[in-house]
Amino acid sequence: MRLLVNKIFLALSALSAFIGLAFLAWILITLFLKGLGSFHFSLFLNDLINGGLRNLIIGQFIMAGLAALMGIPIGMIAGIYLQEYGRGKYASFIRDLSDIMMSAPSIVIGAFVYAVIVVPSGGTSGYAGAISLAIMMIPVVINTTDNMLSLVPRELREAGIALGASKYRVILDIVIKAAKVGIMTGILLAFARIIGETAPLLFTSETSNYFTLDLTQSFPSLTVSIYDLANEPEERSRDLAWAASFILTVLVLLINLAGRFITRHKD
Amino acid sequence: MEKIFQKLALSSATLVFVILIGIFLTLFSAAKPAIDEFGFDFITNPAWNQEVELTTETTITAPINDEIVDEDEMIEDEDGVLFEDEESSLTKTVYGGLVPIVGTLLTTLIALVFALPIAMGIAVFLAEMAPKNISYIVGIAIELLAAIPSIIFGMWGLYYFAPIVADLVGGYQVSLLTAGLVLGVMILPFMAAITRDSMNTTPGVLKESAYALGATKFEVIKDIIFPYSKTGIIGSIILALGRALGETMAVAFLIGSIFALPEAINDPTISIPVAMANNFGEASGLGESALFYLALILFVISFGVISIAKFYFLKRGAK
Repeated sequence: MRLLVNKIFLALSALSAFIGLAFLAWILITLFLKGLGSFHFSLFLNDLINGGLRNLIIGQFIMAGLAALMGIPIGMIAGIYLQEYGRGKYASFIRDLSDIMMSAPSIVIGAFVYAVIVVPSGGTSGYAGAISLAIMMIPVVINTTDNMLSLVPRELREAGIALGASKYRVILDIVIKAAKVGIMTGILLAFARIIGETAPLLFTSETSNYFTLDLTQSFPSLTVSIYDLANEPEERSRDLAWAASFILTVLVLLINLAGRFITRHKD
Repeated sequence: MEKIFQKLALSSATLVFVILIGIFLTLFSAAKPAIDEFGFDFITNPAWNQEVELTTETTITAPINDEIVDEDEMIEDEDGVLFEDEESSLTKTVYGGLVPIVGTLLTTLIALVFALPIAMGIAVFLAEMAPKNISYIVGIAIELLAAIPSIIFGMWGLYYFAPIVADLVGGYQVSLLTAGLVLGVMILPFMAAITRDSMNTTPGVLKESAYALGATKFEVIKDIIFPYSKTGIIGSIILALGRALGETMAVAFLIGSIFALPEAINDPTISIPVAMANNFGEASGLGESALFYLALILFVISFGVISIAKFYFLKRGAK
């Protein structure tokens, strides 16, 4: 009887794993079939107004890139504070808040940026979109930096200080270098996450059918356009949405795998 | 230089605090007109963007309304009796949050009921059953599932998953049920990954002692690993719940976006994030403020939920 219960339990666990994998396979196969069916290289050459995706892909990368330019330094330095300078209650208070912020609903962050940037500046813009994404990225980078720095052995820091280096030099030249790989992985995962975000962009950057580099105007966004296209009645729009989803997913998964590959390589 | 760097580090960390307070204050001040207008009744009122006639009570307590009805708007009917023109009867637009609040809680509940057993199974498989290399590969696959953008889950759910569910259960393809299930698929890998990590913290010595006493794998998991990592597992469930509450895109495709209380599990309705996503663009004035009120409610709920999860994790950390 005990052995039977055990067998049934283990079989159910294996079945669960199978169900999880089946969902992943189902989604990926759907994407490949639908996405590749409408995929064509001319999608990379034309803008949305001409039935292509060029402006959307570039726009999404520019906003996510800008978000990374803002989010990575702020997040890393804040993470350094938590691990190297902060002690006691204030640091753990900020650590908790950062974790809470990491799980804050992304649409709420969009509403916040809408109220403090879009309304005062008179309209949706690429800047507003990038700032929303940066707010999403900062707590993730803080978390990674904090965790990775905590793994650096104390002796390394002491050795640096013993050589007469000032504390910030020790941090920048020794501690960060030692934790470089882990932090890089975390940053790549964070970037993969924000580049696929839709909700915080809906009313901050919106999207645009045209190619533009003017960040003060509504800015082309791949994800927001997928949402618009998928809801349109014409078959052609939906096919384009599938092609765009396919490209987006491949990008996100590649960045994600790249992040994991770096860590594994180091080990 | 040292001083500057230290100051910079402190202010970057403080920025987190400033942003969170900023979000709260901004949402609150943008929601203020709606809060003043509807108060806490907002939470229990199922009407959204509906014209309601002012009740006589309101008219009496607000004498200013009497002045609006002046002679010009009174029309003489055939009998020569004055009556009030219908067009000029006093109405106001009312916003209530009950429907999206209920929709948010129910989709999250469905997602949780669906995802919980499967996520636990996956975690057990990864932590205790599979050989190391299989566990590693399956683990990566599960984490990739977590990395897929939510909008993809929404499209796949609408065009491929929902029709099958609707065939099986009947009812609409866009409904509370299909939205909840797709949400469940989305939080599944997240929940499984953290649960696995909590299970992995169980010391090997404990497990080995139990096995040495002749316990089966099921008994070890039930009596040793589960009690040991209980707080961590509960924390992971609550964290997944927090994530499900705020999810927008996957639900937006599937919930139907109708401001109506669902009477059955396969009725369409709406959730807070979806109400925001679909109505923010056109809203202005009181309508926009009501959406901010919803955003504030969502923010407070998810803040509370995540804080509870953190509390559990902290308890584990203190062990």
